[in-house]
Amino acid sequence: MDPRRAGIERRLHSVKRIVAVTGGKGGIGKSLISSALALVLSERELSTGLLDLDLTGPCDHVFLGFETGLPSEVFGIEPVIHHGIRCMSMAHFVGERPVPLRGEDVSNALVELLAVTRWGELDVLVVDMPPGLGDAMLDALRLLRQAEFLVVATGSRVVLETVRRTLRMLSENGANVLGVLENMQREESVGVEELARCFGVPFLGSLPLDGGLEEAMGDVARLAATPVVAALRRRTGVISGSGFARS
Amino acid sequence: MHELALAEAVLDAALETAELEGLSLLTRIEIRLGELQQIGKETFGFVLGEIMPAAEPRLASTRIDVVVEPARFRCRRCEERFCMSQAVGPENVDAAEAIHLIPELAHAFLRCPACCSPDFEVTQGRGVSIHAIEGE
Repeated sequence: MDPRRAGIERRLHSVKRIVAVTGGKGGIGKSLISSALALVLSERELSTGLLDLDLTGPCDHVFLGFETGLPSEVFGIEPVIHHGIRCMSMAHFVGERPVPLRGEDVSNALVELLAVTRWGELDVLVVDMPPGLGDAMLDALRLLRQAEFLVVATGSRVVLETVRRTLRMLSENGANVLGVLENMQREESVGVEELARCFGVPFLGSLPLDGGLEEAMGDVARLAATPVVAALRRRTGVISGSGFARS
Repeated sequence: MHELALAEAVLDAALETAELEGLSLLTRIEIRLGELQQIGKETFGFVLGEIMPAAEPRLASTRIDVVVEPARFRCRRCEERFCMSQAVGPENVDAAEAIHLIPELAHAFLRCPACCSPDFEVTQGRGVSIHAIEGE
């Protein structure tokens, strides 16, 4: 018997809300939006955690500039606190080394990480989901029952095709979908909004394609001042639905 | 000392099983510690004893058996079968510690001794598992 599932419930017991940022497709800005959302929520003095579940390609640390290196081990693994955000990422353990994992190993690593990370009391845990509808998504649906999914899309037809599958899967599994957020908007288009309407979930607005983002990566103050984070900040009330309650 | 988090999970899972099976007393729990995770048998037994809730009657006289299970690997690339002492790596203390925390990081820090591939299967001895729960 695997005892870790029982451990996960204990570890997440004091987490009020879990927002899983997904979309299915790689390169659509899930990590940016996860990192920026954690930053914006932390600015509001909400106790915020950020879990990078992209185990083979973590990059939240690149956006927020937190140091990698083994986290402290005190009655479990302690998230690294960076600008008030409690961060956990595979990058802490491996730095820049590749982590070649097959499906079952992805699942095992994810379960282990959830079972031993001591988040403590959190108002919100933002989970940066990896691309695809494989092991990580299935485990999120299995183990993070209270998760609310924030679906990221762009106006590209290729992306919309994948996001449609993601929304269908979430719908078929009875997942709670906060809504669909358009990222990297180049020009006015209705594709993402129509997709949200088609699935009966809220359209959460659009974030602009931000040419200055690359230079701001790794510097929280500069990242916080970018147009894309400013736009996300304006949408946070809409994203949170009933609002994020402060402890 | 993340053993405590795993020990808590073991007790929670055992009590869940007692609840499901309608057991009023757990007489024995057998825990397997996979060699790959490098958790000390004595340490884990001590931690379990420390966190065993005194007010939980179902655990009042439970015997805890902790068994270390040797790690075994099978390389997917060259089919070599090997054990922990034959694997290449880990190269330093931090790498060993990372595997201790997340055993799947063996794929980042260990290699097949025959072909140096990270693509191997851990056929046994991965981490903490409950092998048996007995009660009445």
